[in-house]
Amino acid sequence: MTLVLDRLSAFPAAAARGEGMVYRTFATLCFALFFLLLPVLSARAMDIQQVTSSKGVTAWLVEDYSVPVVAIRFVFGGGSTQDPPGKEGLANLMTGLFDEGAGTLDSDAFQVRLDDAGAEMGFEESRDGIYGSMRMLGEQRDEAFDLLRLAVNQPRFDQAPIDRIRGQILSGIIAGENDPDTIAQNKWARALYGDHPYSRSDQGTRQSIAAITPDDLKALHKAVFARAGLHVAVVGAIDAETLKKKLDMVFGDLPQDQALAPVPDIEPKLAQHVEVNYDLPQTSLQLAWPGVKRKSADFFPAVLMNEILGGGTFTSRLFQEVREKRGLAYSVNSSLVNHDHADALIVTTGTRSDRAAETLGIVRDVVKQLAEDGPTEAELAATKKYLIGAYAINNLDSSSAIATTLVELQLDDLGIDYMQRRTGYINAVTLDQVKAAARKLLSTEPAILVIGPALAGAGKG
Amino acid sequence: MKSSTRRLRTGLLAGALVFAVTGPMLAETASKDGKANEFKVTDFLLENGMEVVVIPDHRAPIVTHMVWYKIGSADEPPGKSGIAHFFEHLMFKATSNHAAGEFDRAVSDIGGSNNAFTSYDYTAFHETVAPSALELMMSFEADRMRNLILTDDVIKTERDVILEERRSRIDNSPEAVLDEEVDATLWQNQPYRIPVIGWMQEMEQLNRTDAVAFYDKYYRPNNAVLIVAGDVEPNAVKAMAEKTYGKVARGPDLPPRIRPVEPEQNTRRTVTLSDARVSVPNFSTQWVVPSYHTGKPGEAEALDLLAEILGGGNRSRLYQELVVKQGIASNAGAYFQGTMLDDTNFTVYGAPRGDAKLADVEAAVDAEVVRIARDGVTDNELEKAKDRYVRSMIFARDKQDSMANIYGAELATGGTVQDIEQWPDRVRKVTADEVKAAAAKYLVLARSTTGYLLPQQQAGN
Repeated sequence: MTLVLDRLSAFPAAAARGEGMVYRTFATLCFALFFLLLPVLSARAMDIQQVTSSKGVTAWLVEDYSVPVVAIRFVFGGGSTQDPPGKEGLANLMTGLFDEGAGTLDSDAFQVRLDDAGAEMGFEESRDGIYGSMRMLGEQRDEAFDLLRLAVNQPRFDQAPIDRIRGQILSGIIAGENDPDTIAQNKWARALYGDHPYSRSDQGTRQSIAAITPDDLKALHKAVFARAGLHVAVVGAIDAETLKKKLDMVFGDLPQDQALAPVPDIEPKLAQHVEVNYDLPQTSLQLAWPGVKRKSADFFPAVLMNEILGGGTFTSRLFQEVREKRGLAYSVNSSLVNHDHADALIVTTGTRSDRAAETLGIVRDVVKQLAEDGPTEAELAATKKYLIGAYAINNLDSSSAIATTLVELQLDDLGIDYMQRRTGYINAVTLDQVKAAARKLLSTEPAILVIGPALAGAGKG
Repeated sequence: MKSSTRRLRTGLLAGALVFAVTGPMLAETASKDGKANEFKVTDFLLENGMEVVVIPDHRAPIVTHMVWYKIGSADEPPGKSGIAHFFEHLMFKATSNHAAGEFDRAVSDIGGSNNAFTSYDYTAFHETVAPSALELMMSFEADRMRNLILTDDVIKTERDVILEERRSRIDNSPEAVLDEEVDATLWQNQPYRIPVIGWMQEMEQLNRTDAVAFYDKYYRPNNAVLIVAGDVEPNAVKAMAEKTYGKVARGPDLPPRIRPVEPEQNTRRTVTLSDARVSVPNFSTQWVVPSYHTGKPGEAEALDLLAEILGGGNRSRLYQELVVKQGIASNAGAYFQGTMLDDTNFTVYGAPRGDAKLADVEAAVDAEVVRIARDGVTDNELEKAKDRYVRSMIFARDKQDSMANIYGAELATGGTVQDIEQWPDRVRKVTADEVKAAAAKYLVLARSTTGYLLPQQQAGN
């Protein structure tokens, strides 16, 4: 039974990425950046300690005993972009194997121990990193950290679990082969990114995952799991001295340097029209404009502009024009995507197929108007208030969310006092800067993806 | 790893746990200096009959404010399917005191988040904000409980939105279309046979008269539960609630929520959907079973444990036997949705991998169902399952809105705060014999409903 329907569920699987929410729009990870921090939060500022172990492993720690839980999250730079040509899907397969045997424990023994320890462990890869996380009960943290040590340092990559997990992934790949959404997202990635690693599916292909050997997994683990590429955050019932010992235990014996294949920056190819035609009652539309780099001076103006255009509130221009006034869609939103090597602004919506051309026209009109005239002073003021206040709610609402946020702040090199500074960054943005950002990003001809019946003569403009 | 099969499994486990569980046993948790942190949930009644629950969480200056109405899709009049969910959308329109969008803007102006959802048994509206804005949220929410203004224009546009929502959630997806028709087959009389979002042809006819009648009947303080979780004190919440909600007049007493119930079921039914978009088949088999509200003492607790042991995660029988040992399934599991007002469903599911056929997977799942009903569970399996539930409750306390949802769903489906607080003890008391008895009594294949999602047949098409 479908249990619950939300008023708005445009953003499935939301998770925090430092500066904001991560929305999984189809196959693309979109980092919509909400920058944020309650003024009221700085009044009772979150106390983030920088902890460095005797072997030199550093973590950010928020010590908190109100719930008897410890959450740890960490990342090693270098994700699915590190899959060698012909071995696409390697990083994804590897992340499925960390709870499938480590040290002297085989798969079954490891999972029994993990269950006994009352801990939850997860690994996942993005294009640019391999993430690990663990949530444990405070009173059983010694057993949990010991299992994490084994998983990080001595994964076994035994043949039987490799074949089993590979078989599951293969089922997923086959399941998508006739699915218009999956076909379209693969086609879209190739259209935007050409032969750059970002164009590849993180799951790989039937052929590429069949070619992966235990030696490939060991080689990737060795190349990526090194201290130079590591960032760690810990939240919960643990003090700094205890954490130092755990950091040495889990990460202290890893090699110093990573051996990553270089990945070039790429500008997504815009000004193109991609269609995957299928007789669907609802057409999905996705539009891509240029994005802005995290380190760019235009970053906060672009964040404010995106929020006004189609951000996470019910007051955005796209929400008002497409859904509220015309009832053309249930979900419509825009988000800024920041990968290490590419940036974009993405608009997505789904609309009844017989009116898809009309909806596309309205989306483009809204974008055009924002590009030409920019927002109003009142919109900007309201959006600043929203982004300032929303940080804590969107990023700090559980131990795991806080740990996730702190890892992303480290990845983006924003500094341990960033939460105190970001209100100032937002308030400093002027209307002219936002207008300039809108003009610069949105005056470009976008790439357009249509999934549904053929779109008759529409969307030109 | 992000393979969809594993994601599904975890998602279901989390869903089952979060909604069934909560954590009074954590009433006292040791803090760093050895002092106990008290965790005490407060509940009281306003004079107009509105129930109030306050859940403390002082870790961050955030509060989650929810109003749950004891009205869901299963309470809808015949022929008006979808009205409960449609009305949820309409609650965001203008009132006699506030223009359309004013509430949304008030939330976004302070960086808050807001949304709403509808299920079979309840409809809930919620905001997450800084505690200083709590009274403002209450005043908006109390206002729209009685002062909504609905025009035909508003109705028409928003009806288009929910039709689009239906296309997006159901009509575009073969999985969802099948699920909908499996539900309509499993339930022969009970209103859970009707989708929450409604049948398309009935949704298209929903009108202002239907909406106003629905509003006047159900949106009353004596049919509502207020849940406030966060950095607030019960006395302050009470004062604010009296000032806002307390001013809303009590409505006529509503009759008890006695709905049509299932007749005796005597058949095995199958529902099959073949679709060109499907490449990997799957199946699920469902039974009608008691919920926490309809079961005899201990029965729903036993069903929760049965679901966990049979198919709750990667230590479960179905996963270990089919995915790991036999290697014939990409996924397999079981779940039970216990927090329902009427009898509910118990589900097992699976999908093949490699050369295995769907029939092999179904036969192996059935064999495990038969075995657990015949031989019962081991003491070790039972203890581990209980430990996982208890642990999930501790983890739930780490997320404010999880706690609010647990209390809201329980109180909206006939439960009490005490039921939640005593739940862990009741789970601890369940015996292996009781789990076996639940399996033997309810998981009878001769009276079950199975849905098959199949690729399009090559021959004959």
